[in-house]
Amino acid sequence: MSFGEQLSTLFSTYNVFEAFWANVQLTFWAAIGSFVIGAILALMRISPVPSLQFIGAAYVNLIRNTPLTILMTMAILGVWTQFQLQLVSDFEANFFIYAAIVLSIYHASFVCEAIRSGVNTVPVGQAEAARAIGLGFFPAARHIIFPQALRGSITPLGNTLIALAKNTTVATVASVAEASGMMKSMIEFNSDLIFLIFAVFAMGFVIIVVPIGILTTWASRKLAVKR
Amino acid sequence: MNDSLVQLKNVNKHFGALHVLKDINLSVGKGEVIILLGPSGSGKSTLCRTINRLETIDSGEISIDGKLLPEEGKALAQLRAEVGMVFQSFNLFAHKSILDNVTLGPRKVLGKSKAEAEEEAMALLAKVGVDSQAQKMPAQLSGGQQQRVAIARALAMKPKVMLFDEPTSALDPEMVNEVLETMVSLAKEGMTMIVVTHEMGFARRAADRIVFLADGEIVEEATPTEFFTNPKSDRAKDFLGKILNH
Repeated sequence: MSFGEQLSTLFSTYNVFEAFWANVQLTFWAAIGSFVIGAILALMRISPVPSLQFIGAAYVNLIRNTPLTILMTMAILGVWTQFQLQLVSDFEANFFIYAAIVLSIYHASFVCEAIRSGVNTVPVGQAEAARAIGLGFFPAARHIIFPQALRGSITPLGNTLIALAKNTTVATVASVAEASGMMKSMIEFNSDLIFLIFAVFAMGFVIIVVPIGILTTWASRKLAVKR
Repeated sequence: MNDSLVQLKNVNKHFGALHVLKDINLSVGKGEVIILLGPSGSGKSTLCRTINRLETIDSGEISIDGKLLPEEGKALAQLRAEVGMVFQSFNLFAHKSILDNVTLGPRKVLGKSKAEAEEEAMALLAKVGVDSQAQKMPAQLSGGQQQRVAIARALAMKPKVMLFDEPTSALDPEMVNEVLETMVSLAKEGMTMIVVTHEMGFARRAADRIVFLADGEIVEEATPTEFFTNPKSDRAKDFLGKILNH
C-alpha cells in the first residue's frame, strides 16, 4: 500500500475530524468553566479574609496534586455509577458534560495560579491608589487589579490552555468519543499502520495547539501594561 | 484653628519589635498646611499613611471631621474617598488613560455620570496643566506630569484633606518645581494639607506649621520661621545642620 492509500484507508474508515472536534469542543467549554472557577479561586486567595484564603489554597493544593485520570474515573465510576447522577437524559451528552466539568474543576486550579502570578505583576501601589480614592475590595479588584493582572497572566494562562487542550484526551476515560479513543481502536484494527496513526494524531494536536501558543504570545505583547 | 479636621490621639504603631509611632498627638485645623519633617526612618511617611488607614495602628484614635476612622469595609472606603492621597511613586492606574484615571473615582465611588465626571476631570487637568495629555497613557507622561495628574485624580474626589507622601522624591530635579507650584496654589486655595517632604524651600513657603519627627516621636512643632531660624530641640538642630550646610 502506498502512503496515500494508507492515509485514505484511515480517513475513510474513521471519522478523524469528528473525533478531534470533540476535543476542540471539550477544550472550549472547559476553558470557559476553568476560567470562571479559577478567577473566583484567585479572588479568594488574594482576598483579605483568612477563611476564603484557606478554601482557595486547599482547593488548589488538593486538585492540582491529584492526577486528572483519577478525577475523571471518580466522576464516572463514583458520581455517575454509584450515585446515579444523570446530568442530562442523552447518554453521550451526559458523559461529555461530565468530562467538561471534571476538566474545568481540574484546570481551574492552574488558572487560579496563573492569575495569581499575574496579580504579582501588579505593583502594590496600584491597589493602594485604588483604596485611596475610596474603592472597596471588589471594585478595586474589578477595575484596577484584575485588568492588569489578566494582561500579566496571558502567557501562563496560554500554557494552561495548551495543557487543557491536550488533557481533553483523558475524557476517553469518561467514554467520550474523542481523538485518543479513536486512536486506540485504530491501532487495534490497523496495527500495520501504527506509526502513521501516531503521526496523524500527533499532527492533529499540533494543529490545535500551535495557534493557541501563537495567539497568546501575540496577545501578551499587544496587551502588556506599560509602566 | 480650633475646629480641627484631622485629630490623632495617642497613636502607637509597631513594625515587629520596632516602635515606629510613639504616642503621636496631632491636630490639624481646617485649611491648615502641615509639613512633616524628619530624618529617614523617623516615621513621617508611616504617620501620613495611617491617616487614611493604608497603615493600621496598634492603639490610639484617629478621627477625620469628627468621625473616628473605621476599621474596614464600606465605611472605611467612604472615608478614604474624603481623604486625597498623593504617593511618592505617583501610582497612576497603568492600564487607564489620564482622563480615565481622574474620572474613575467620581464615577465608581461618587456615582457621577460619565459626562459630568469628564467635564470636571478636564477642568482639574487644565488646572494642573496637563489637559492636553488627557487621552494618553500614564507611561507616556513625564514624572512631573504624572504626579500632577495624581493630584488632579485626588482632587476629583473633592477631598476634605489631602495627604502628600514625599510627592517629589521620585522626580527628576527639573520636574520638582512644577509639582511644588501646583501644591502651593492648592494651599493658597485653602486646602487642608498634610505633606511629608524633604523640600525645605517649599516647607518654608507653604507651611502653616512644621511638625518635626524623630524616632517615631513628635519632637517639635513650630511655625516655619521659628523652626528654621530658631529650632528648640537638639534633634531638630542636628537635622537642620545636616541638610542646610551645603
